[in-house]
Amino acid sequence: MELEAAKMIGAGLASIALAGAGVGIGLIFGNYLSGAMRNPSAAAKQFPNLLLGFALAEATGLFGLVVALIILFAF
Amino acid sequence: MDLNPMHQFKVYKIGPEINLGNINLSFTNASLFMTISAILILSLLFLGTKKKSLIPSKIQLITEMSYTFVAKMINNTAGSGAKSFFPFVFTLFMFVLFCNMVGMLPYSFTVTSHIIVTFTLAAIIFIGVTIIGFIKHGIKYLELFIPKDVPIILLPLIIVIEIISYLARPVSLSVRLFANMMAGHTMLKVFGGFVISLGLLGGWLPLGFTVALIGLEILIAFLQAYVFAILTCIYLNDALNLHH
Repeated sequence: MELEAAKMIGAGLASIALAGAGVGIGLIFGNYLSGAMRNPSAAAKQFPNLLLGFALAEATGLFGLVVALIILFAF
Repeated sequence: MDLNPMHQFKVYKIGPEINLGNINLSFTNASLFMTISAILILSLLFLGTKKKSLIPSKIQLITEMSYTFVAKMINNTAGSGAKSFFPFVFTLFMFVLFCNMVGMLPYSFTVTSHIIVTFTLAAIIFIGVTIIGFIKHGIKYLELFIPKDVPIILLPLIIVIEIISYLARPVSLSVRLFANMMAGHTMLKVFGGFVISLGLLGGWLPLGFTVALIGLEILIAFLQAYVFAILTCIYLNDALNLHH
């Protein structure tokens, strides 16, 4: 296979990492919502933790993007 | 005009070229926007604390809010023993926040979208925290790699994992901020390109989408500064209060 084509396929495969980030963000918001529905008085206190978890989960998906960029531009 | 979405990350020099031996020390657009952020932070803090009234003006309110926000964050995550590190964490938070926010303005440059800037910040934190840990606990700081209540058989494996995760801290800390900023700004430019290529008829949909994305990006810009600062506090907590 030609290197150029293999690079493109590799970069595309690396962006599958975003699927995991999507699952993670969905779990975080879903669980926060179900927790908040059960105990609304405790919901406001956990909001910073929700945002922290969201940012951390999203970043793991973006690591995949970095891998894609390294494949495309660094080699 | 260059329509490449990566074009915005180009670093070019402004003014004359300055060389110090083999090192190129020219003033670039990155240094310009770093200076702008620093001047904005300094003027905000200076104006906010100039007239200290009991009923604060708007600018004094912003200054006080940012102070209490960081002070509370340090107190909650690293304990009251970390109070002496407040100036460092506050500087870090304000610098990252203002670099992200200045980068959101059209035609500006996002300093934090370059790995070298974020990695330098993360390396300073990593080395500093390690030194603080060794000063405070001496050789006992290595107990950080031995979690409590772990069976002896598992220990060799756990220690290796703990050491690798400790060494990965600066990498993950810097790549998180850099990747978020770069991905967000690339995405904005890609959608901006859709507006042009779809023209007057179909361009309204991506235009609306871009407006929503800018809102999301401003949220991300704040969140990433917050995450950067809070992870610094968590690392400080590990160094100051061994075994929690």
